[in-house]
Amino acid sequence: MSPPPFAPPPPPVPFPAGGLAVTAWNWERERGDMSTCSVSKGCFVFKPSPKKRRVSPKTADYFREGNNDSEDSGLRFATCQSLWKQIKSETEQIQEELNKQLFDNLVSFLRRSHSEFQEKTTEWTCRMKSREIPTAALVLGVNVTDHDLTFKSLSEVLQNNITPYVALLQAKDCPGIKNLMQKLMGQLMNCYIDVDSSDEEDCVQVSQNRIRCSMASLISWYENITKKTDSETPSKKRTSSRHLQSPPVVVIFKDMESFTTKVLQDFLVISSQHIRELPLILIFGIATSPMIIHSLLPHSVSSLLCIELFQSLSCKEHLSTIIDKLLLTTQFAFKLSEKVLQVLINIFLYHDFSVQNFIKGFQLCIVEHFCSQPLSVLCCRLVEAKKRVNSLSHSQCENVRRLPSFRRYVESQVSEKQIALLTADNFLKEVIQKLLEDLHVYHENYVPVLRCLHVFTSSLPKYPLGKQIRELHCACLENRVWETEEYESSLQLARMLNKSDLVTMLQKCVEIFASSSGKEFDKVVEKLKEFLTQFQKLEVAGACQERGESVSSQKELQKKTDLYHLQKTLLELKESRRSKKLTKFEMLRFEVVDFIDNLVRNYLVPADHKTLHEIMYFNTASALREHLNAAPRIALHTALNNPYCYLKNRALKSDGGTISNKAPDICIVYKLHLECGRLINLVDWLEAFSTVVMAVEGPNAAASDQVDDIIHARFIRAVSELELLGFIKPSKQKTDHVARLTWGGC
Amino acid sequence: MPNLEHPAYPAATLLRLESLVPCRESQVSMLLSIFGERQQFTFPSIFIYGHTSSGKTYVMQTLLNTLQLPHVFVNCVEYFTSRLLLEEILIQLQNCSSETKHASHVLCDTFNDFVRMFKQAVTSQDLQDQTLYIVLDRAEQLREMEANILPAFLRLQELTDRNVTVVLLSEIVWELFRPSTGCFEPFTLYFPDYSIGHLQKILSHNHPPEYSADFYAAYINILLGVFYMVCRDLKELQHLAALNFSKYCEPVVRGEANERDTRKLWKNIEPHLKKAMQTVYLREISSSQWERLQRDDGEPGQLKGLSAHAHVELPYYSKFLLIAAYLASYNPVRTDKRFFLKHHGKIKKTNFMKKHEKTSNHLLGPKPFPLDRLLAILYSIVDNRVAPTANIFSQITSLVTLQLLSLVGHNDQLDGPRYKCTVSLDFIRAIARPQQGSIDTF
Repeated sequence: MSPPPFAPPPPPVPFPAGGLAVTAWNWERERGDMSTCSVSKGCFVFKPSPKKRRVSPKTADYFREGNNDSEDSGLRFATCQSLWKQIKSETEQIQEELNKQLFDNLVSFLRRSHSEFQEKTTEWTCRMKSREIPTAALVLGVNVTDHDLTFKSLSEVLQNNITPYVALLQAKDCPGIKNLMQKLMGQLMNCYIDVDSSDEEDCVQVSQNRIRCSMASLISWYENITKKTDSETPSKKRTSSRHLQSPPVVVIFKDMESFTTKVLQDFLVISSQHIRELPLILIFGIATSPMIIHSLLPHSVSSLLCIELFQSLSCKEHLSTIIDKLLLTTQFAFKLSEKVLQVLINIFLYHDFSVQNFIKGFQLCIVEHFCSQPLSVLCCRLVEAKKRVNSLSHSQCENVRRLPSFRRYVESQVSEKQIALLTADNFLKEVIQKLLEDLHVYHENYVPVLRCLHVFTSSLPKYPLGKQIRELHCACLENRVWETEEYESSLQLARMLNKSDLVTMLQKCVEIFASSSGKEFDKVVEKLKEFLTQFQKLEVAGACQERGESVSSQKELQKKTDLYHLQKTLLELKESRRSKKLTKFEMLRFEVVDFIDNLVRNYLVPADHKTLHEIMYFNTASALREHLNAAPRIALHTALNNPYCYLKNRALKSDGGTISNKAPDICIVYKLHLECGRLINLVDWLEAFSTVVMAVEGPNAAASDQVDDIIHARFIRAVSELELLGFIKPSKQKTDHVARLTWGGC
Repeated sequence: MPNLEHPAYPAATLLRLESLVPCRESQVSMLLSIFGERQQFTFPSIFIYGHTSSGKTYVMQTLLNTLQLPHVFVNCVEYFTSRLLLEEILIQLQNCSSETKHASHVLCDTFNDFVRMFKQAVTSQDLQDQTLYIVLDRAEQLREMEANILPAFLRLQELTDRNVTVVLLSEIVWELFRPSTGCFEPFTLYFPDYSIGHLQKILSHNHPPEYSADFYAAYINILLGVFYMVCRDLKELQHLAALNFSKYCEPVVRGEANERDTRKLWKNIEPHLKKAMQTVYLREISSSQWERLQRDDGEPGQLKGLSAHAHVELPYYSKFLLIAAYLASYNPVRTDKRFFLKHHGKIKKTNFMKKHEKTSNHLLGPKPFPLDRLLAILYSIVDNRVAPTANIFSQITSLVTLQLLSLVGHNDQLDGPRYKCTVSLDFIRAIARPQQGSIDTF
């Protein structure tokens, strides 16, 4: 009665595109089959399970090119593993925190509705009210891939807090009411074993096939079980004390949209008749909108439910938190370059809204980086990295020297130092340590300044630098942000901010800097605090000063009597007023903005201007795109149109539009069919095919009758292969013709 | 008032029965006269039909229980296969007379077995000398079981040669049951809907013990005045009455009005009931939420109903896919060239015609379209280039699983699948708003 073991992941398949050493990746369908019905369905890249990875010693070998271990492949692999482990636990924790609110609400709803259930039935209102099934409509958003994890943790939470009896149902397991009941009972009776394993023998006897899959047997099961827990000795009551008295049975419908109306209706009608004997609570997992309940269920059935709505955090907010915690932190040495991050974010926003896929993409980046960049061995904590620098091999030192950013650095040095850097490994190592430290300090400073800038830009009208911090981050990584037009215009706008906004922003910035670990920010904090006190003084002084001024000028006016002087003083007064206004608040404002601008120019230098950035930053966006945003149609077309691309056979190197007879038959047939219209005449096609195939075998043409049979067979096989690939289908419109299923041609 | 009379049963029992089934006296007396005395054979099968909550199940149950007639009561929805149904009947039959419950397992696969075991059970339970009633509630489900089940139940008396009557309860008429091969015709009995007077009488029947019957009757009167137009379901009305009664009593409890101050009470409750009709009755908010609102005296405005959350957030390309699907579903193919090609030449001045077309298209509902057309429209409405990546294709299937599109025809997927767009114009408008692509122009 144990859950079915997962099918072992298929053996690693080398990636056909070649060039990349990441052959450990499988194009494997996700085990939690949620993926096959989501916005983000398609090809997922999944590593074999970590257990498997540890077991097979070969995995680390994929990091090694050739046989020498001069490039620390073992260490790189270990670093990669530990980094991923950290990140994984971090993301799980984030997810937990984000879901906490939702789960707390759900738990309290379950408690409340269950206590209502246990109310005495003698009261008049309780007798008169029809007993409704408590139902939580859980709106989770269209990112169905993420739901699996949510439901898993939800059922854990429920099992810990409310009831051991939680069943998760999925539409594809329940095409009929019978299957639904089977699934439900199977899960419930299994979870009974989990709670109390001493009764296992009883359960084994009642094997699932023998049980009548009806509500009646479910009820009798429930009665038995509650009776048993009630009669348990106090010492054994440990499990039930956590749970409620006579715990409810929670049934979770994972994907409400996919259930058929009939199954749901029948189930609800049946269970509402027995709600008094079996305290059932339903949870509907909804991807679109709660209106789906009404469109799936007629009023007569939905009136049996007592529906309350719960909404999960939007996936966009979830992503922001993930980016905030994974990327905008110095906790992890590994970084993403602008292009890579853009690819990941675009996939998220344009295609699937799936945070899980984003994290998987991030994982892919990590593996790719550690696998393809030999120097990534230094991509770890600073202390550790410094140690590792000392043990770098000569070839690794050569690798460092080959880095473009390092070459730029060398070129900027004086000539003796240049020679030392290029020849002496030990000197090089010292410099590397210093440069790594620089890079670390840069990261420490980068994040708080970025947040500070975000405080300013996120409150400007029209958000010239983007509303989200991730957009700002991308802009800063891309190039010098202060050279962009958007930055210019946002500074212009910042110079027009009003005082209260400015003060709150400054306060926020002070908080950010004070909480940051960067050592250089003490002065900045002081300066900002000074600004704040100046603003406060302004407030206090502003009122009395103005009064005093006007009084004094009045006096002056009274003193000067002649017309010329009067005019002069009036003009002066006017000018001084204008300039005074500037000097008071506006001058301070200018100062603040300039100060921020200065910070930005100092600290928000794009990462690829930094020496040795290649160690930390993964920037092969094209590889990532190739893996995550596959284009099957294009790949198929390339394969058939230009087989050299995949087969790497010299003979196939195509020379333009001609059709080579050395290509595989299917390629010839494909190319020929591209020239046809919607309907293809098979006889013509065969003739063209045999002409192409026979083109070189000129002398043998005499024995054409005999060869024709073989060619005919080859042709038929190629055509049926095309049919299998979905390019053509048999047509009923004309005999001896097939229809094209793709567009193009004439 | 037609008093129930029957020589076989004591008058007191009949009187109690009559008090339990208000407004259904004529049907009950009809049934009684059909049933006859305990040992008398009666109709082999009786078919009772009537609208939802017209008291079919309740009347049958009270009748059989009060007169203590041996019976088996089975709901056909609950026992969804013939095997489950037959086994359940046999199990109930075993427990029928004896109080102790035998949980013995019965195996009964075919109707033949059933007849055999039924005979045994009747003999062993000592039921030969009185009529046994088998009531099948929601009998319309029988039509979905094996073809022999319904005809066999109809002539169970003849097949088993025992004194048994099968009563079928259903919401649909007998004509929809009749198998094409013909069968034994049952005696049909119609339960008419309750009239407003009946409803008033039945609902007032169960008044709360703290208040007088008149007070409650006045409340029911107001309640029916609001809800009778939309809901005649007795159960639902009873539920609503119980939900809102505490609000009705409020002025009395606070001492602002006495029980006879009907006008004041009406003024207090009427807007409240109207609100209830828009929210609780439609299950926009749940009844427990409604009760909490009442207790806290909050405005229902604070609590958003289910339909307030109608907006669905979709990824960028999913939005465009859905819009393209909508356009493909509601525009005829021949207009594609005109709408989506950049150089389509002159648009003929067929404004009037177009308008006429459009309305009729919306009335006709969505039409299926092939995948290629969907993609072609997608490419033309998205500004920048779209690569036909796996992500795009998988989004189409996920839109299908989210029930925003539906797949038409079940043949091979490779043979150019065809889809239909199942969302409404309002939904598309809401989605298209940020995309500034105005749907009305197409």
